[in-house]
Amino acid sequence: MADHLGKVVIPGQVLKEFQESEATSKVIIGPGLRRESDLILASKAGVLRHKQPNFYWVDCRQKRYVPARAEHVIGIIAGKAGDVFKVDIGGSEQATLSYLAFEGATKRNRPDVKVGDLVYARLVVANKDMEPELVCIDSNGKSNGMGVIRDGGFMFSCSLNTIRKILSPDCILLKTLGKSLPFEIAVGVNGRVWVKGRSIQETIAIVNAIPSIEFMNNDQIKTMCRKLFDAMTGFD
Amino acid sequence: MSATDLSRLRPMTCEQSHLTRPDGSASLHQGNTSVLVAVYGPGEVKMNKEIIDKSTVEVMYKPKTGLPGCAEKFQERILRNTCETIIATTLHPRTSIDIIIQEMQNSGSLLACCINAACLALMDAAVSMKCLVAAVTCVIDSEGEKILDPTDKQESEAIASFVFAFDNRDFNVITVHSKGSYTNEQLQSCLVTCREASVSIFQFYRDLVTKMVEKNL
Repeated sequence: MADHLGKVVIPGQVLKEFQESEATSKVIIGPGLRRESDLILASKAGVLRHKQPNFYWVDCRQKRYVPARAEHVIGIIAGKAGDVFKVDIGGSEQATLSYLAFEGATKRNRPDVKVGDLVYARLVVANKDMEPELVCIDSNGKSNGMGVIRDGGFMFSCSLNTIRKILSPDCILLKTLGKSLPFEIAVGVNGRVWVKGRSIQETIAIVNAIPSIEFMNNDQIKTMCRKLFDAMTGFD
Repeated sequence: MSATDLSRLRPMTCEQSHLTRPDGSASLHQGNTSVLVAVYGPGEVKMNKEIIDKSTVEVMYKPKTGLPGCAEKFQERILRNTCETIIATTLHPRTSIDIIIQEMQNSGSLLACCINAACLALMDAAVSMKCLVAAVTCVIDSEGEKILDPTDKQESEAIASFVFAFDNRDFNVITVHSKGSYTNEQLQSCLVTCREASVSIFQFYRDLVTKMVEKNL
């Protein structure tokens, strides 16, 4: 595996010599890899990555979201159907969000959610055979930051690998931007980001800054943020 | 013409992700033949086209001029069957993968160019695939000589023409499209030549991915 790690793989390429975990002697293969009887093949084109002890996956550039369990996403309420909301999360199917899956919601106390609202929710059911299901509470019944996103702001889409990049602890974008232009942000791994700055100009500046970092490293990001803040102070 | 001259394909250049709306796009130029492909998927599928255990692969082929007719429907069918073979359709049941192919310029070997461009667009959209496909055209001219990757003039003067599409795992044949009259020996020898040529096309795909990854890192 050492020769493939950090290297480019293409679909159909057979991969060998994975490192097993000592505890369970199992190898966990993630997105972009699939098993065919005894062989492990790459199913997407990208870079093979490895996390200790035994996780492997292919990092690739993707725009279309495929729902997976336990991921936090931003959805748009598309309609109501009986006791559930139909939510568009950018996948092939609309997800369902029950009325009771909000903090403090009961049959008598309905949550204040209208069609067209943005919600930040977590996927509890998401596999290829079933319709995805969302909830806005965690396992303790608390909202924990989830729920309807209110009071303005701006939502936009970007590619999934950009999302993963800004969420990674190595990326300094959000911290650097926040030092000069304070803002509120909700990042959904379905490619959607909601931003609210102090004013419309600042919000637009942040909205333009985030997708531009797709191919930048940390130094380039720092330079970009500095230039952005210099341009913004011209507005005041 | 020596055998090594005939084995060379026309230079290929490709641009990926240049369209903003589709999930994946690729523009492939093989010599002067040029094709643009957009891929959407896995996305919503109409109820009447839904398959419960697989993804529905749909291909739309648009010629440069005129409305699509029967010849275009035939092209669509060949492309659809090739693409369905390489996409891991069981991973996305009840969804649809739409491939839209626009002919920009036809200077020979158009079907092979369409198949290659569709494969590149699917890679760009990060659709899960079982393998990649590389297609090569080979014609037999009036003297019985093989010509690889012919121009449209060579194609129109040919006695027989073949398009072979290979996968990159074992270099097995996925698709064969043939026209004209030929012997079994001619078919087999063209198949062998095309298989050798497909290796360079798979290397081209790998180089593209490497370039894209280097840009990112």
